[in-house]
Amino acid sequence: MEASIAKPTNYLNATHGAASWFLTKDHKRIALLYLISVSIFFLMGGVFASLIRLELLTPAGDFVSSETYNKFFTMHGVMMVFFFLIPSIPATLGNFLVPMMIGAKDLAFPRINLLSWYIYLVGGLMAVSAMVMGGVDTGWTFYTPYSTAVSNTHVVMTGVGIFIAGFSSILTGFNFIVTIHTMRAPGMTWMRLPLFIWAHYAASLIMIMGTPVIAVTLLMVVLERVLHFGFFDPTRGGDPVLYQHLFWFYSHPAVYIMVLPGMGVISELIAGFSRKPVFGYSFVAVSSLGIAFVGFLVWGHHMFTSSQSIYAGLIFSFLSYLVAIPSAIKVFNWTATLYKGSISWESPMLYAMGFIGLFTIGGLTGLFLSAIGLDLHLHDGYFVVAHFHYVMVGGTLLAYLGGLHFWWPKITGKLYYEPFAKVSAVIVFVGFNLTFFPQFILGYMGMPRRYHQYPEIDGWQVLNVLSTAGASILALGVILPAFYLTYSWFKGPPAGPNPWGVTGLEWETASPPPTANFEETPIVTRPPYAFTNEDAHV
Amino acid sequence: MSGHIIGNRFTYFLVFIALMVGTAVTVAVTYIHLGWLNLPLALAIATTKAVLVIMFFMHLKDHPKLIKVTFAAAFFFFAILVAHTLSDYLSREGHGMQTYPASGLVANP
Amino acid sequence: MSEVHAALADHGHEHHPRLQHHFDSLEQQLYASTFGMWVFLVTEVLFFGGLFMAYIVYRIWYPDMFVHASSHLSVPLGTFNTAVLIGSSLTMAYAVNAAQRGARPREQVIWLFGTMVLGAIFLGVKVIEYMDKITHHLVPGPNFHFEDPAYQATAQIYYSLYFALTGLHASHMIVGMVILAILAYKAAKGQFTAEWYTPVEIMGLYWHFVDLVWIFLFPLLYLIGGAH
Repeated sequence: MEASIAKPTNYLNATHGAASWFLTKDHKRIALLYLISVSIFFLMGGVFASLIRLELLTPAGDFVSSETYNKFFTMHGVMMVFFFLIPSIPATLGNFLVPMMIGAKDLAFPRINLLSWYIYLVGGLMAVSAMVMGGVDTGWTFYTPYSTAVSNTHVVMTGVGIFIAGFSSILTGFNFIVTIHTMRAPGMTWMRLPLFIWAHYAASLIMIMGTPVIAVTLLMVVLERVLHFGFFDPTRGGDPVLYQHLFWFYSHPAVYIMVLPGMGVISELIAGFSRKPVFGYSFVAVSSLGIAFVGFLVWGHHMFTSSQSIYAGLIFSFLSYLVAIPSAIKVFNWTATLYKGSISWESPMLYAMGFIGLFTIGGLTGLFLSAIGLDLHLHDGYFVVAHFHYVMVGGTLLAYLGGLHFWWPKITGKLYYEPFAKVSAVIVFVGFNLTFFPQFILGYMGMPRRYHQYPEIDGWQVLNVLSTAGASILALGVILPAFYLTYSWFKGPPAGPNPWGVTGLEWETASPPPTANFEETPIVTRPPYAFTNEDAHV
Repeated sequence: MSGHIIGNRFTYFLVFIALMVGTAVTVAVTYIHLGWLNLPLALAIATTKAVLVIMFFMHLKDHPKLIKVTFAAAFFFFAILVAHTLSDYLSREGHGMQTYPASGLVANP
Repeated sequence: MSEVHAALADHGHEHHPRLQHHFDSLEQQLYASTFGMWVFLVTEVLFFGGLFMAYIVYRIWYPDMFVHASSHLSVPLGTFNTAVLIGSSLTMAYAVNAAQRGARPREQVIWLFGTMVLGAIFLGVKVIEYMDKITHHLVPGPNFHFEDPAYQATAQIYYSLYFALTGLHASHMIVGMVILAILAYKAAKGQFTAEWYTPVEIMGLYWHFVDLVWIFLFPLLYLIGGAH
């Protein structure tokens, strides 16, 4: 209507119709399909979170029964962990950016990429149907023997849903690894890769090494429930703790599937808005691999209070401290990057600053929990809940939102209204801390997790009310972007190829990019984040 | 590049014969009483056969280093799983080697 | 690899009909596919690895039970199946070789079909073995019955492992045979030439891997009994 002049062809307007989206092999369109679906799962997980906070507003269990409450926190965990956090950054931003950042036309296996989205959907639909049919109450960890012999909820359906979704994650990781190894543009050496790519490479390693183990473990749980097999059944001499070993062999490293891509995003944001190369590039790059590797050595710290031997506990405890080293390398190098940088405070940078602070708190409280003696007191309490929410919400979610704001002009070709974005970043930060900081105190005072009521002592209710109030603010903060970002897609001013004035191959092509990403294959001659003096004055 | 690795058909046949011999040996060895040695011997023969398949049928020996490292990494991570899990099982008080009640917990409440 | 990428980016080159648009050359495409298959096999190692881990723990806990429980497996049938599967690996290697040489479609189809036949024999024997376990009440669960009451409970763990490991292995073979059938159809139409044979090659890797798993399953499940 507005312009009869032919608009440049890009990946969004190259073809039309539903089939052109649902059968697309373009990694950028698949990224958008993922973006929409993970947002839906995030919304569902968020609804359960709100219901949990609503119940805990008062000490009495007056809103729902304990059985229903068990289902609430289980569905919250399942939706958020397996259907939001794991695919969030890799499957959306990663899918969109990995080929573009290395100068490739697409991922190595575009059809497998599309297949992974369908597999994800099938798994997700199974989990949702289990939820609609009455839910599951085992907690997202599905510990045996409760999950195999006791619970009469929809464990099988949910388990199969996660099993299936696991393959989507495996396929994504597999695609990234092959792509990064074989599809880099001329001159794109490993030491010229953006740190986003290094982080995704490390996360992909975990996806292919860890995910198969949880897949087969859930299969064993399903076989035990459906066919009465006896892998973990103590009445037949099986060991329920073996389940925990197999489960955490994946699920601890899975934390790094969630946070490593987030760290990749933060590295890009810090460099971009400081107009400087990331300090100690090679250390930050290799520390991603370090986190991925050490992540596989520490799973027993989830099992200090199981019947795991004390010797194994000591080993796991010691190794858990090692995770702090590569994590600290990242945090220190990010802050060193800021030093004497030409810093500007656009909204993605606000999220990045939030990430650094909150992730640091989340990481440091993790060290408390690696100490066996302290863990015995804090285990299965709100301190743990607060700790991992600082990592997963304060870390991954903030990085996800920051990354989404940063690359939104590239994805849609439009600019959003920056003041809204800044306000929502502040709201998220305030709401988050108000929600989860009181939980550290509650946990320290001994409030256990997964109970729908608590005693009226020591001002527990005050802290819980603060937490619930914070959750409402946090909810507002994450819903706002859905509106102004969507609005900008239709009504926003055009962004141009490089609205932030930052480096990177993805910013050298049009916004939105053409279907083949680049007019011609780029040839890379410079290291990443090669800002010139002129860039500093943008 | 790994493209166009074309194997020798006679070599394939020799590997096949070696695998068959390995199978015969591993079955035969089962019937010789060697006590605790039987298991490591069976695993050694199986590993030898597996290496033959990987190196000759799957041509890992002709593949670039990247692919060799990748495939080795799978066994490395499996070894982490085993080593760390056993660090628990082999050091549990009262359990350790074969002291778990063989008849199950229900029989001895 | 990017070096090859660089070499090919500079000058135009002829497009093979099998070259997908996002690759620069058939070599790059083949390399990505082969590497991809090996990465996939890595995930398979760890997929089976979870079950092997359970096997290791329980074999350490219940060595005597494993001896007794495994004595109900037929070593002759297991040995026969091992030989059949090794034979199918040979025919698979010949099938890949035929495609690589660009042999006549007939020859390619013969080797692919031969692999399928051997796979079917393996699965047929597996069905006989499963039927035997079912009739002898050796399937874990309420109907499980073991002649020595001392192992009535724990022998179910052995049979859980047996059915899970061999069942997972057999399901991989079934998937493999479906793909072999598709490849045989394509080979009959003469789609695989000395220039482009990637699907046959990576299918070969998959099939050998399935053989590989069985090479370990055979001694670990069947050949324990000889020790007593």
